[in-house]
Amino acid sequence: MKPGGKQAKQKKKMIRDWFFLGITIVIVVVLLSVFPEKTEPVNSTVQEYFIEMMVILPAVMVIMGLFAVFISNETVVKHLGKTSGIKGIALSILIGTLPTGPLYIAFPMAATLLKKGARVSNIIVFLSAWACIKIPQEMVELQFLGGEFMLLRLFLTIIFVILMGVIIERIIKWSERENKKDVNRGVKG
Amino acid sequence: MNVTAVIINGIAVASLLVAFIKNRKKAIQSLEMALKSFIKILPMVFIIIIAIGLLLGFVPPEQISRFVGDQSGAGGILLVGIVGAIMHIPALLSFPLAASILESGASVTAVAAFITTLTMIGMITLPLEIKILGKKMALLRNGISFVIAILIAFIMGMIL
Repeated sequence: MKPGGKQAKQKKKMIRDWFFLGITIVIVVVLLSVFPEKTEPVNSTVQEYFIEMMVILPAVMVIMGLFAVFISNETVVKHLGKTSGIKGIALSILIGTLPTGPLYIAFPMAATLLKKGARVSNIIVFLSAWACIKIPQEMVELQFLGGEFMLLRLFLTIIFVILMGVIIERIIKWSERENKKDVNRGVKG
Repeated sequence: MNVTAVIINGIAVASLLVAFIKNRKKAIQSLEMALKSFIKILPMVFIIIIAIGLLLGFVPPEQISRFVGDQSGAGGILLVGIVGAIMHIPALLSFPLAASILESGASVTAVAAFITTLTMIGMITLPLEIKILGKKMALLRNGISFVIAILIAFIMGMIL
């Protein structure tokens, strides 16, 4: 994609988001003028959540910005490409948790890593960690849902994500073997 | 300000200081990036917070707990999981939303299912994932993610 195209697309998305916000505000105003007795509870909830969000969001954004600038995609690819085993899985999780951008940024990185011969299990763990074990997410989860909830979900997620990586690797290897068998049969027959 | 917020802000300030000492130019660049992403996410933050206000103000807790509460059963959990998989909001904003439905009577299982499928599975980005990583890997990852998200949710519901 051309950089100009990307910028135009982001601008379009921004306009769309503000437009949706406008619609949301109109809906609220209409609803609250029909049900004025709901104004107080809606107002206090909005205020409470707004404050809770604003005391952490700027800090979370700063941390994300720092990591995005100081740790380049090339660094990630370089470190993940050459490790394997338990160390590889640990590193995949660790790098995946770094606060750097949405999941679709990780797809091309994963593709590059696969081409370089990284293990499928590591790539799956890396993608999943990137999607759901990111440090800023854990911070916001801690803020809104508490330490017990956050830690238990983190622990379970890590275990199941590793399990998933191993399972998907097995399935892909197995299906590749089956394909080869079919090809061989085809050649013989 | 609660303890969590203080800690997070402390980490941010400390990392920023280290960054400025190490490389001033890059540190300023990071701040610019942070500001840009903050402005970018702002309308969604307002939308989600207003939605939470409406949800808590208008939908009685009994209704929420009937659909996704402790007695809602596996069907309710699956439904919440599917909603989470389809919804396309920044993961950061799923937590206040989850906290609000938890507050108004949703079960821990439902909330865990919602957050986990929302962050792990991307229906909107699935075509892109298929294009870049291949059909087999993308479908397996998203499919198995759904199963483990539901498993994680039920285990969390049993423990908490």
